[in-house]
Amino acid sequence: MIALPAPKPEILARREEIVQALRALVPGDGVISDATRLKPYETDGLAAYRQVPLAVVLPTTTEQVAAVLRYCHANGIRVVPRGAGTSLSGGALPMADAVVIGLMRMNRILEVNLEDRFAVVEAGVTNIGITRAVEEAGFFYAPDPSSQLACMIGGNVMMNSGGAHCLKYGVTANNLLGVKFVTIAGEVIEIGGAHLDAAGYDWLGLITGSEGQLGLVTEVTVRILRSAEGARAMLAAFKSTEIAGAAVDAIIASGIIPVALEFMDRPCIHACEAFAHAGYPLDAEAMLIIEVEGSVAEQDDLLARIRAICERFDPISLKVAESAEQSAAIWKGRKGAFGAVGRISPDYLCMDGTIPTSELPFVLRRIGEMSAQYGLKVANVFHAGDGNLHPLIMFDANDPDSFRRAEAFGADILKLCVEVGGCLTGEHGVGVEKRDLMGVQFTPRELDQQRAIKSAFDPDWLLNPSKVFPLEGAPVPLVAA
Amino acid sequence: MSDLLVPTDESGIAAAVAAAHAAREPLAIEGNGSKRGLLRPVQAARTLSTRNLAGITLYRPGELVISARAGTLVAEIAAALAEKGQHLIAEPPDTRALFGTEAEATIGGIVAANLSGPRRIAGGAMRDHLLGIRFVNGRGEILRSGGRVLKNVTGLDLCKLLAGSYGTLGVITEVTLKVLPAPQTEATVAVRVGGLAAGVRVLSAGLGSPFGVSGAALLPAEAGAEAVLRIEDFAPSVAYRSGRLAQQLAALGEVRVLGEEESRARWRAIRDAEPLGARAEEAVWRVSVRPSAGPGVAAAAAGLGGRVLLDWGGGLVWVAGPATAEAHDALARAAMAARGTCTLFRGPEALRLAVPVLPEEPPPLAAIARRVKAALDPAGILNPGRMRAGF
Repeated sequence: MIALPAPKPEILARREEIVQALRALVPGDGVISDATRLKPYETDGLAAYRQVPLAVVLPTTTEQVAAVLRYCHANGIRVVPRGAGTSLSGGALPMADAVVIGLMRMNRILEVNLEDRFAVVEAGVTNIGITRAVEEAGFFYAPDPSSQLACMIGGNVMMNSGGAHCLKYGVTANNLLGVKFVTIAGEVIEIGGAHLDAAGYDWLGLITGSEGQLGLVTEVTVRILRSAEGARAMLAAFKSTEIAGAAVDAIIASGIIPVALEFMDRPCIHACEAFAHAGYPLDAEAMLIIEVEGSVAEQDDLLARIRAICERFDPISLKVAESAEQSAAIWKGRKGAFGAVGRISPDYLCMDGTIPTSELPFVLRRIGEMSAQYGLKVANVFHAGDGNLHPLIMFDANDPDSFRRAEAFGADILKLCVEVGGCLTGEHGVGVEKRDLMGVQFTPRELDQQRAIKSAFDPDWLLNPSKVFPLEGAPVPLVAA
Repeated sequence: MSDLLVPTDESGIAAAVAAAHAAREPLAIEGNGSKRGLLRPVQAARTLSTRNLAGITLYRPGELVISARAGTLVAEIAAALAEKGQHLIAEPPDTRALFGTEAEATIGGIVAANLSGPRRIAGGAMRDHLLGIRFVNGRGEILRSGGRVLKNVTGLDLCKLLAGSYGTLGVITEVTLKVLPAPQTEATVAVRVGGLAAGVRVLSAGLGSPFGVSGAALLPAEAGAEAVLRIEDFAPSVAYRSGRLAQQLAALGEVRVLGEEESRARWRAIRDAEPLGARAEEAVWRVSVRPSAGPGVAAAAAGLGGRVLLDWGGGLVWVAGPATAEAHDALARAAMAARGTCTLFRGPEALRLAVPVLPEEPPPLAAIARRVKAALDPAGILNPGRMRAGF
């Protein structure tokens, strides 16, 4: 289990006073302090960790966010920002002495500009909400994390979220133009705008993916893109992971960058097929879903090229969708992968390392060995184009030993990712989950340098405490003396 | 010219910086010095160059990554990529003609300046493809950020912070970049239009089409302008999409389609701002605004006796004009009024010392910037004054 620092007793003792002060700053029903209504905020997408916060505030304007931060800063109160609470790394896990600032009520779309291809939205607008606001005109917002129906753009910015289509369209950082940023001191700063590459230091790039360590974001200006004429998928199944990996290499080497290139291993194929009846080949060791875009003729041309490449690798099955419906059927299993695993196991941990793609066969073999060693099943989905691996470790939360083993198994997988030249997290973030593994990827000096930059923004270390950085070594003691 | 230090490895760079840190002596930081004329000149008795840190250290075409030491020439990297049918996505400009130098750009310099060309609008900037860096901070410590994989959100993203920091936060010693297959071919749809505003509308129509435009520029011509839109892909796609695009844009002006050879030459010239025709005595600015504001900036430039070239759908306005503080201030005001940013890209040293070559930051951000600078370079020895006076 990850250790959480002890709450500051002087803050806990002032709870009533703090709640009253927050009510003055965010009037109406914007402050939550009763136990029943605080309960839903005790955890996020990493449900194994729970902690009821001191209070929750739900501001509706940037000015309210600034006022709350100014107050917390002046009073030494820790702050945990929260969007939809879908973080899989515990990025929004509260602390007992922390005020959660929930941005879900800031959910207005402020401007859509098709001519200049941007949209300005508040932090609490859902990821899919942006696309919905522009899709009638044929546009979309590109990053598409699998939680996109629920997750909010403010959280996407803070975690630099990815998705299945980032091989072609990039992650959140590549699709932003500007943010309205609020410092811990309550200063509101416009960063970037509706133009590309604002002059000076790349604050936008530094803030994106900073996991709430540097400040809060209340408004976001995103690039919107015109959708391609159409998209279609194909499925290719192979006798081994090595062969599937070689096929991926050959596709890339041919100059084709599919819009999505997803890999599933045997346990994952079986779980998804049982769940979705998508017609996946159960005798395959590895399966690829490959999607291309363009006009129908362009799709035909690209799918024919990819099919020809796959045929060189002795495929068990090749299925090219002939229509949008068939394409959706191919995707159905993959999109339901997490739910499918949830059906065969009471609980699972979704890991998120990235590896050099050539290391995939070795890494899957090692994960298989670890699975036997820990006595826990695992299914693997993999964004094969960009090396982002999602092992789903199955366990039973009612069995403490099973959970302990699952955590150790997960940590071993992430260490392995770093060993082969990859990293701890490709898109879910460090959060609380991978905090204590940071020393595997970074030297003490590298961590100190990152901490010093955090201190430049948040000298008292009040923002999203106990996340990202190992507790020991923080310039401001996080554990009460 | 100050004393030149040219260590042959990263530890040599680190030792030089550590010594300068201990002695509190400023260092000018550069690769080959090809962009010495960009932004402000640095007053330092010593120059530390990464030019001898050369060579590609890792290239995995199948994984779309290349790593190279900072002093590796961009041309050498481009050649290695071309051998495997790949390219640098952001299409960085060759600024030798603009800066009147023979010195070839290094990859470290291009990254430190975050310089991107026409493909920026479709494929992202240099900083978007910077997967990992090794650098030496102002204490002389060798540090890494990012890595060699395409997706990585582990820890604060110092790659993006260092890209575009012009050596003021750290000396980049090695970079790892995402690369992509070079498109098989390309074509350009050129549309004659009556003026710049009409031209930007053509570019917006193209960029708002589903045809994957990868370059959108506007070249002022006598009695009007020419809007050019590039399509890059496999041959059948280029033929289909340039045809459809030409058809769609025909209502907005006289259209012609340039074939591969002419298209390549045209975009190489646009990349390097050749059509701007900047004369030796003129200053050059890069103004970044939302595309529809580009013509307004162009009008302000024309009012100063300047000329323009619009790239990035109209949002990047290259301006050549009189090298005076008045002209700079007027352009900076026009950029600010359009809620964009203005960079003095080239100019005589006296002008670059006299005016803010980059827009001022709001006070709370400027305060954060000073603290971040101190976090990386506490003695303030790395390229002092390169971006802003006294910083």
